Amino acid sequence: MSNVRSIFSVAAQTARLMVGVPDYDTYVDHRRTYHPGKPIMSYEEFFRERQNARYTVGKGKFRGCC
Amino acid sequence: MSTPRTVSSGIQGKLLWAGVVLLGTIALGVIALSRGESINAAWLVIAAICVYFVAYRFYALYITSKVLRVDPTRQTPAYRHNDGLDYVPTNQYVLFGHHFAAIAGAGPLVGPVLAAQMGYLPGTLWILGGVVFAGAVQDLTVLFLSSRRDGKTLGDMVRSEMGPVAGAIALIGVMLIMVILLAVLALVVVKALAASPWGTFTVFCTIPIALLMGVYSRFIRPGRIAEMSLIGFVLLLAALFFGRTVSENPALAPFFNFHGDSLALMIIGYGFCASVLPIWLLLAPRDYLSTFLKVGTIVLLAVSIVLVRPDLKMPAITRFIDGTGPVFSGTLFPFLFITIACGAVSGFHSLISSGTTPKMIENENQVRFIGYGAMLMESFVAIMAMIGATVIEPGVYFTMNSPAAVIGTTTAQAAQVISGWGFTITPDAINQIARDVGENSILSRTGGAPTLAVGMATILSNLFGGRALIGIWYHFAILFEALFILTTVDAGTRVLRFMLQDLIGSVVPAFKETKSWANNLVGSAVAVAAWGYFLYQGVIDPLGGINTLWPLFGISNQMLAGIALTLCTVILFKMKRQYYAWVTVLPTVWLLVCTLTAGLQKVISGNPAIGFISHAWKFNDSVSGGKVLAPAKSITEMQRIIFNDYLEATLAILFVAVVVAVVFYGLISVRKAFTNPNVTAVEIGAAAPAVEGIHV
Repeated sequence: MSNVRSIFSVAAQTARLMVGVPDYDTYVDHRRTYHPGKPIMSYEEFFRERQNARYTVGKGKFRGCC
Repeated sequence: MSTPRTVSSGIQGKLLWAGVVLLGTIALGVIALSRGESINAAWLVIAAICVYFVAYRFYALYITSKVLRVDPTRQTPAYRHNDGLDYVPTNQYVLFGHHFAAIAGAGPLVGPVLAAQMGYLPGTLWILGGVVFAGAVQDLTVLFLSSRRDGKTLGDMVRSEMGPVAGAIALIGVMLIMVILLAVLALVVVKALAASPWGTFTVFCTIPIALLMGVYSRFIRPGRIAEMSLIGFVLLLAALFFGRTVSENPALAPFFNFHGDSLALMIIGYGFCASVLPIWLLLAPRDYLSTFLKVGTIVLLAVSIVLVRPDLKMPAITRFIDGTGPVFSGTLFPFLFITIACGAVSGFHSLISSGTTPKMIENENQVRFIGYGAMLMESFVAIMAMIGATVIEPGVYFTMNSPAAVIGTTTAQAAQVISGWGFTITPDAINQIARDVGENSILSRTGGAPTLAVGMATILSNLFGGRALIGIWYHFAILFEALFILTTVDAGTRVLRFMLQDLIGSVVPAFKETKSWANNLVGSAVAVAAWGYFLYQGVIDPLGGINTLWPLFGISNQMLAGIALTLCTVILFKMKRQYYAWVTVLPTVWLLVCTLTAGLQKVISGNPAIGFISHAWKFNDSVSGGKVLAPAKSITEMQRIIFNDYLEATLAILFVAVVVAVVFYGLISVRKAFTNPNVTAVEIGAAAPAVEGIHV
């Protein structure tokens, strides 16, 4: 059962990253571990930030392949 | 894909790999040697998969362990700069999916379809050989080099390793390829939707659906990607089914029945709007929908091909290897290698491999799986496209892919011309296919997408729905291709706009400000006008446009691959691995030979079907004699054709000049690195403290 759940969670993570949204829990863990006491974006803020970042073409963000 | 060490090192492992090699050899033998009788598509699939496994297990491993010497103990940028956002250590399977979704596009679906005019064999061999020795090598090496440089982009790496001039030239090259890419992809969509109310209605519906999804994920349920994609998908299917009703309704159908030129203007207008509007409203939701649909359909197609195992109807080699084919002009060498770019080697991937992926890689030893592996998968998509194009009757293939200037505008004429080539077809058979797929006509539906859609519909309807559902499957395939091409057009226009703003901004600094509305509008207009011009000329080109633009696109894409592989070679010399540099020199030389031969032939060939300038001269002579030459209808049209010939010749010369200049700078850098006894490559994060201090 836990196997099925972890396969599903990897698939969901893959699908999200395919459209440019990395794992939110990983982000929260990272903020808690390395930046304790600093503000953490809510999921909605995180989603908007990532959505903007995906299409703001700049350093190393190249969208649209053939 | 990697085999556990215990198996591969033992005697069983050796036997297993010997078996894979044997099976692959047999399959390749069947493909290459069968003449006269049709073979099963399964042989193509088996040959491809065996080649991929062997290449991945041996050649890719050789590259990572001997040539690049990946270091599993070395810290990757994902850890060094971990911010939970851009730089995140990511599970390799998740990252593989991300990388594959980013590199997969319309290229590998269209190129093989066009190349099928020479038969399935030449294209298939190039797809397999090209990916193993060129395409996947490029993707892997660029990914590795970028991850050792904190995820630097290709342009930045060219600048820092080969000098600012080479960097600037490479950036101009990237901008030119963007223009041609967007024009040619938009042209594919126009060709697929012209005079097709069903297809046009469905694709039009994607706009309100995307807007709805955008509002949903912004205000109603922020950030719920799965929910909004599901809603979008259901609405999309509804539009697909309702499209048939629309196309059969004499009152509604005319509203969605357009000529190519009006469709081109609409796409240009749409590209402008999509570039100006906020991304969350139109671009992002459409991107989500098209990404999931793209990956889903590729998987569905793979499963169906394996289950259905259709026979290939196209001969292994056709007479058109002599360069007289109707789909694209020019002989097998060099034009086959230009026509199939993506799927064998795609320069564009070097921009993706130096984009977000290197910032998320967990460990250097995963570059083989992600860089090389994802490109093998892309190559398999190209093989599937080749299968899709060759499972349909060759007569139907040539009916759909020959321009009207060659086969005429009635089914009787077309059937006569094509049967004369030795591909027997009757007017009734042509009409029957059109009825089956729910279109008014299938004559001269060039651009690859409709042909692939017929092929996919043939395969998928075998599995689900039979003949009754061919129409639905055909339009599903058109929708799938149009959707992600239009997403590329949206995103690409934005990229082009930012690049233009950057370039013009270096002269007029105020233009760099991307938040300004005036800059936004002007930049978008210039970007859209650049590709829109070529799109419109392609649409009204009586030879079908694809004939002219696709080779230019292929040349530009291979040119970019040439630049990327030159960079890889330079860095290998700087790393003092010159002994192994043949790994990147080999494909660089091959690409140079292909792009230079094709580029020069496009410019100076005396055959007006190939050379732009001799074509212009032919028309010029005729204009001075006051004679209108078919397919033009007036002297003004002829003058426009002449102008475009010169413009396209200029572009081809520019591409050749860009690649020659970059290789020239590459040679200078190689020489410098070769004479220097020390390692001169500047990497970030190495163990040596001297290098640790450098943070570029």
